[in-house]
Amino acid sequence: MPILQYLAQQTINALSLGSIYALVAIGLAMVFGILRLINFAHGDLMMVACYAAFFLVSTGIGFMPLIVVTLFAAALLGMLTERVAYRPVRGAPDVVMLLTSLAVSIFIENVFIMVVSPVPRSFRSVTPASLDSVHVWAGVSISTINILTVGVTAALFVLLLLFVTRTRVGVAMRAVSEDLLGAKLVGINLNRVILAAFAVGSAMAGVAGILWAARLGKIDPLMGFIPLLKAFVAAVIGGFGSLGGAVLGAYVLGFAEIFIIGFLPPELSSYRDAFVFLLLIFVLLVRPNGILGSTEREKV
Amino acid sequence: MLELEDVSVSYGSIRALRGISLSVREGELVTLIGSNGAGKSTCLLAISGVLHPQQGRIIHKGQDITRLSPFEVVRRGISQAPEGRHIFARLSVEENLMLGAGQRTDKAGLEKDRRWVYDLFPVLRDRLSQAAGTLSGGEQQMLAMGRALMSRPKLLLLDEPSLGLAPLMVETIFDVTRKVRAEGGTILLVEQNARQALEVADRGYVLETGQIILEGDATSLKNDAGVEKAYLGG
Repeated sequence: MPILQYLAQQTINALSLGSIYALVAIGLAMVFGILRLINFAHGDLMMVACYAAFFLVSTGIGFMPLIVVTLFAAALLGMLTERVAYRPVRGAPDVVMLLTSLAVSIFIENVFIMVVSPVPRSFRSVTPASLDSVHVWAGVSISTINILTVGVTAALFVLLLLFVTRTRVGVAMRAVSEDLLGAKLVGINLNRVILAAFAVGSAMAGVAGILWAARLGKIDPLMGFIPLLKAFVAAVIGGFGSLGGAVLGAYVLGFAEIFIIGFLPPELSSYRDAFVFLLLIFVLLVRPNGILGSTEREKV
Repeated sequence: MLELEDVSVSYGSIRALRGISLSVREGELVTLIGSNGAGKSTCLLAISGVLHPQQGRIIHKGQDITRLSPFEVVRRGISQAPEGRHIFARLSVEENLMLGAGQRTDKAGLEKDRRWVYDLFPVLRDRLSQAAGTLSGGEQQMLAMGRALMSRPKLLLLDEPSLGLAPLMVETIFDVTRKVRAEGGTILLVEQNARQALEVADRGYVLETGQIILEGDATSLKNDAGVEKAYLGG
């Protein structure tokens, strides 16, 4: 295959993979920006959304209502974890919050292992077969799922941007992550903003989960772990807490991963994740606060 | 309109406020002076509901607000421009101001107060779309005050508004404080700059290591030998 076509094709693959990481990383960064909480249960929301879709599809409802209900389920569960698990430990040392989120993650995963089954299920019943079709343009073949992933993500970015700049709760969210005391003193209702952050972040994780499962064609109770880990790396590379940083980091990671697989000799490509973490170490050595991490100092 | 009764606040084992009582009447400008670490900021944070006292009560218009959350205190018409300003540096000046307006839904009143704040601080009007962090220190202080005023508070708490500012800027800040007061606002002003604070205030309290050691009207405090020696550099 000529090199240009090859590059174009890999670029699309990288954009698609980066998009999924970005959708997960945004929710992580949102919650971290506000609460300084690294939410390990965030990946499990992807999984829950997929199972919701999996079970709903047998009821015969249409594809769009199914997606809406699914995302709603993810948002609700996200809000529930906040209300039940994270709110009581809010203000506790970071390590307590971290352990709480680990516990929530382990709990959700094991509930699904016990109640549903640890055995992977095929996701082909949910996603239309047309998603697997491949378009060929000028010698570049692109699968429908990649187009859909990039398109949906772009649309969600626009919505998210409108949300954080045009809505009251969105602006308040940025204010809270910027200066907690200032936010309290202007009368922002913290609980409401935090719930909103969980709802929005979880719904986006739900979208990411569906897209991820559609790529892999199967779901299982632990499916959220790898994308969570990658999204975490992405958010750290980009500059933790900043939404722009999370998105940037996600695409950097997507490109790095795809091109590492593409250009390394095949016998090394199974070490792709090792290279990803090498990249993380390198970025942190050069820019400890991430690419977009703030280095500004306070003004007197 | 505001009454603190025997309020004590501790951070762990350190007692920042040891049973202080003070009152602010409608339309008054009261100042709380004292040296660094005397507990002045702690007092304002307790009123705003950011810190909750271990002991004592805070009464506002006859209602106990001691245990309210900060947003509920703001909703009752008490807002604060804190020490260190705590503006939202990456948000625009306009977003900062609109956050100060918070949950207001009265469009007409909001528009009026927005114009009022712009008139008090004309610089802000010229920088609405600029990121707040790019403002100068004095402008950031104006923004912090403007933000607090956007909710049209009945009681304004000002914590060290002149700290670290150039003399001309200090003048501006005190001018605005006077203006807000003249328009019927009630203000509780915390200051290290005791001389200037007593200049604008009706009454004052002197706080030392978490206790009120002196109170009275501003003129008598200004002429008090102890105050002069300790705080006015007499």
